[in-house]
Amino acid sequence: MAYSEKVIDHYKNPRNVGSLPKDDPSVGTGLVGAPECGDVMKLQMKINPETDVIEDAKFKTFGCGSAIASSSLATEWVKGKKVDEALKIKNTEIVKELNLPPVKIHCSVLAEDAIKAAIADYKRKQGAGAKLQAQPASAD
Amino acid sequence: MPKGAARNGIGEKERILERDDDMALKLPIYMDNHATTPVDPRVLETMLPYFTQSFGNAASRNHSFGWEAEKAAENAREQIAHLIGATAKEIIFTSGATESDNLAIKGVAEMYREKGNHIITMAIEHKAVLDTCKRLEKYGYLVTYLPVSREGLIDLDELRAALTDKTILITIMYANNEIGVLQPIEEIGRLAKEKGVLFHTDATQAVGKIPFDVQKFNVDLASLSAHKMYGPKGVAALYVRRRNPRVQLSAIIDGGGHERGMRSGTLNVPGIVGFGKACELAEKEMPQEMARLRGLRDRLKEGLFARLDEVYINGSMEHRLPHNLNASFAYVEGESLLMGINDVAVSSGSACTSATLEPSYVLKALGVGEDLAHTSIRFGLGRFNTEAEVDYVVDRVVETVVRLRELSPLYEMAKEGVDLKQMQWKAD
Ligand SMILES: Cc1ncc(COP(=O)(O)O)c(C=O)c1O
Ligand code: FES
Repeated sequence: MAYSEKVIDHYKNPRNVGSLPKDDPSVGTGLVGAPECGDVMKLQMKINPETDVIEDAKFKTFGCGSAIASSSLATEWVKGKKVDEALKIKNTEIVKELNLPPVKIHCSVLAEDAIKAAIADYKRKQGAGAKLQAQPASAD
Repeated sequence: MPKGAARNGIGEKERILERDDDMALKLPIYMDNHATTPVDPRVLETMLPYFTQSFGNAASRNHSFGWEAEKAAENAREQIAHLIGATAKEIIFTSGATESDNLAIKGVAEMYREKGNHIITMAIEHKAVLDTCKRLEKYGYLVTYLPVSREGLIDLDELRAALTDKTILITIMYANNEIGVLQPIEEIGRLAKEKGVLFHTDATQAVGKIPFDVQKFNVDLASLSAHKMYGPKGVAALYVRRRNPRVQLSAIIDGGGHERGMRSGTLNVPGIVGFGKACELAEKEMPQEMARLRGLRDRLKEGLFARLDEVYINGSMEHRLPHNLNASFAYVEGESLLMGINDVAVSSGSACTSATLEPSYVLKALGVGEDLAHTSIRFGLGRFNTEAEVDYVVDRVVETVVRLRELSPLYEMAKEGVDLKQMQWKAD
């Protein structure tokens, strides 16, 4: 299968690889997919509770090149956005930006899910108050 | 074009020396020789006159063009038969091992319908066998799919126990195309003979690579294919035993009655000539080639193991083709690994590389977890690979696995001591 140049670029130079402290109440962690399915994405965001702005984002992905590119792109896109705006990112926009073929659409769906899961985790932590130990998103 | 074998008429020793001297690496590197092999230049050279000069129809009885073509095809039949310990009359030409498998299984099923309707095969056969058996099930045949062990081997006691008085055929491959594991073919042949049941083996990956002898193994039918052994694509054979017992087959392609009525159609003479030459070369060079490829394969394996942890071999190392390596690189999805080593042609058992979204059914049958199946890579070494290529491949794989593990949330979690098996994953 031939990959688009953008996929190759993200694969070769992934943006924002890494991890944020998952117990930090201002960090939301989204962990989606499953090893049995061949794809697991971890997307984390550091959000300013005062402004709702996503100040930092990091990812790690186990999956094909398109999955890596989708999550790398997702971190680029959410950074600097407000939480509400980030929630509006659709997988179809990722498909379009990366020129993903139909068999790779689910990789983009996973990236959208990861954004939503990370924000949900952040909101849960904020709602529960900082006293609660953050749960990894996977354990709920 | 791979160097080394490029000129005909050079002695074996000089040829190898020339190959070793040739240290300049040509990219991309082909290491997917289970999928197909390049045509050996010596094979191509033998084929060429049969396209334009000696182009006759081997079935034309009235002129020299026909006689010449027939003679060439018969010569090739001898060469092929000789390689597998058969006689020329026992070789039926087909278009591919897929057709050979179909002809063997459907041909026996129809011909021996009165005798019984039970066929025994195994879980890790090539689809050409499995899907043929599945179709027969629709027509009322009963098929037993023997499981395999973690090593990829059938259990002979289970085979024995599966036999009934309605069993007409055992079809079990010799060498598997993904993991290279070799079934205990001699014991299977002996058992089949003892029970009076026909034995077909898909020997496509083994013939020309390791010794295979229809007499020694008591094989009644065997599929082989030219393009897996440095011959051309689209030409193959089915060995059909003529004596002790004489195997009869119903044809699946009807027509002019070629190939003793078992397979009609004008013979692909240039292809057949190439197939014959490929068999002759394989027979002559097999001992050296096996040893050389085993050395390269072991170098590949050791190179990877020395520099990476959590690499798992799929299937038995002991009962295995000398030129195969199939390994899982934990925490690194196969397709992304292939993308990182894009100047090396290998293949992966990951679902992401297949259209079906299912990882390799072969690895699944071995009990390899789907998580590890997604991280598997098959290396198939061949005649034209060099030591320098192996070293390059090791470097590229190691470098890419290390990089992708840094990118892998699973690797991070495993290093933190999280038990990935106990996690509850939110799959979409
Ligand atoms: C074990 C086995 N059987 C059958 C086949 C089909 O061979 P062909 O491509 O000649 O139809 C292959 C090759 O893909 C194979 O590896
Ligand atoms: S992760 Fe499997 S196709 Fe993308």
